[in-house]
Amino acid sequence: MTDNTAKKPFIEFRNVTKRFGDRTILDNVNVSIYRGEITAIIGKSGVGKSVFLKHIIGLMKPDSGEILFEGRPLAGMKRNEWTAFKRSVSYMFQQNALFDSLNVFENIALPLRERTSMKDREIREKVQQKLEQFEIEEVLDKYPSQISGGMQKRVALARALVTDPEIILFDEPTTGLDPLRKNAVLAMIAHHQREIGFTAVMVSHDIPDVFFISNRVAIIENKKVPFQGTPVELEQSDNEVVRQFLLGQESLKDELTGLLTKHELERLLNSELARMGQYQNRLTLILFTINDLKQVREKIGYILEQRLVQCLGMMLKKHFGMIGTSARYDTCSIVTVLPHTDKERAVKHLERLKKEMQEMALLKADKYPKSCVDISVMAGIASTDRPVTIESLVREAKNEQQLMARLSCSGNGVKE
Amino acid sequence: MMQPQEQSATSAPLDFFAGIGRRAFNFIGELGAVTIFFLHGLFLIFSLPFQFKKIVQHIYFIGVKSVLIISLIGLFTGMVLGLQGYYSLVKFGSEGLLGAAVALSLIRELGPVLAALMIIGRAGSSIAAEIGIMRISEQIDALDTMDINPVRYLISPRIAASIIVFPLLTAFFDVIGIVGGYLTGVVMLQINSGIFMNSIYSSVEWADVSEGFIKSFVFAAIVSTICCYEGYFTHMRPGGFGARGVSLATTSAVVISCVLVLIADYVLTSFLM
Repeated sequence: MTDNTAKKPFIEFRNVTKRFGDRTILDNVNVSIYRGEITAIIGKSGVGKSVFLKHIIGLMKPDSGEILFEGRPLAGMKRNEWTAFKRSVSYMFQQNALFDSLNVFENIALPLRERTSMKDREIREKVQQKLEQFEIEEVLDKYPSQISGGMQKRVALARALVTDPEIILFDEPTTGLDPLRKNAVLAMIAHHQREIGFTAVMVSHDIPDVFFISNRVAIIENKKVPFQGTPVELEQSDNEVVRQFLLGQESLKDELTGLLTKHELERLLNSELARMGQYQNRLTLILFTINDLKQVREKIGYILEQRLVQCLGMMLKKHFGMIGTSARYDTCSIVTVLPHTDKERAVKHLERLKKEMQEMALLKADKYPKSCVDISVMAGIASTDRPVTIESLVREAKNEQQLMARLSCSGNGVKE
Repeated sequence: MMQPQEQSATSAPLDFFAGIGRRAFNFIGELGAVTIFFLHGLFLIFSLPFQFKKIVQHIYFIGVKSVLIISLIGLFTGMVLGLQGYYSLVKFGSEGLLGAAVALSLIRELGPVLAALMIIGRAGSSIAAEIGIMRISEQIDALDTMDINPVRYLISPRIAASIIVFPLLTAFFDVIGIVGGYLTGVVMLQINSGIFMNSIYSSVEWADVSEGFIKSFVFAAIVSTICCYEGYFTHMRPGGFGARGVSLATTSAVVISCVLVLIADYVLTSFLM
């Protein structure tokens, strides 16, 4: 955030290095965390996000470098300063770490009982208030193993908040929850953060959901922190590592369709185009588009939409697997790149493909007895013998597009 | 727990001695760690606010719940001592000393040792397992992050309760054992009850009783510390993660405590005799 340059960091990692044996987990990491903000720490699993978080509360100590709290190093704190700092921090564990031999009420009351001199009645009131806030009153005499995962998260959150901490560290608060509950937990954190104004540091891999509630994002990748800044800055960043990271998050969808990602396609095409300059080959690109995919989703649902793309992808792989590569270009288009192939041969391939595509089961009306959908698959060819940009090739192919197969709403218009 | 360091192979005999040295160092290191752990736990018993309620809970768990098993073992130990003692003494015509034989061997030796072994089996194993599970499910880390000292919260009350409970259970074991001896000696084998009791009165001295008590205090410290230590450092155990780590911790808690109790028994006896 630009105005952060003026602000002093609340917690600061300065050249922190951590090793386990001869494995380096964090290497000269610098991160600033600001007061009253939600800072998200993202990264693939196993890159040391939890290790990062555990350093803040002293569960782990850095091998070199220091961690500063309001400008003072944690390692040099006097005993009473350290105690005061620790009391202002709460930690929510990935697996909740609820005390399984204490019931929900005792779990939430424990930090108050053990380290304050509050009367039993006051504790009861305070816990009751938290129970109501998180809507877990009905389970207060149950044990953690008797309640659902989502409930356990809420109990853990209530326990973290009951001491009115200034800083809360969340270690993957949404892992293992279904999407609905995930958002509920994130919303809950955001809501309480706004209300109470604590500083939150959240380790997560829930991208992009976590961006909506955080003020700052830091990426841990390959022992370093290649990026930190606001979520908007992150999205607009042209840092190669950051883009790779964000793309990596989306790749799962394309793994399902068995296609390359757009990023991988770009890399492949660029190297092919570069080689073309040397060897004077031809390169042909076919652009397949499923028209009105959005409408398909609305009428027949997300799963069938995905299935449709998947089917098309598999068909292309079968046909062009030996001579070319297919990749997802955007939500509704797939690009097939055929190096060493000229336009005429590509047209012949397409003719054969057309017949098969018209027999595609997903384009039969009896597949959708309840709704009336219009699906059409278009294909266009563009060919080049000199290096051009991918965009211009795709544009050319788009202009050439013709109908391959179609399912029209009347139900019998399969054949063109 | 220290990890054994891999050394580059130089020659076989040197490796052999290096291995012995390494193990010795590890052993001494471990011994030091256990001692510090015990002193830490012992010291925190007296920190304020006093954890009275928690100590009582553990006294209930370690002590009260062990009464049945202690009485059973005590009764049968006393009875078998009565039988065996009679069988040996009657050869010399001195079966009148049976009371003394039963009482002395119980009070000085068998009472503290067998009571300790029974408590290890019943309570020690569950202490190690409970603390071990708390360790692997990060509950101990959670305590730490809440600024609740885990040693004070988990270990100190257990050490305190053990130190209170062991002598009491030992005394209980002794009494029940003598009753068992009485049953076999007087009721079954028809020794005169007056002679039996009188030989106990005339032979058991205060020194015998205090020796038994000193032993039970030492055993209490050993058993509670080892069982807590094994559970508390479950995660440091090489090759033991999760449930397997807890099972290994429980096993070694029981084995190590039993062996140490018997070793300590020998050492104490030879000093106190």
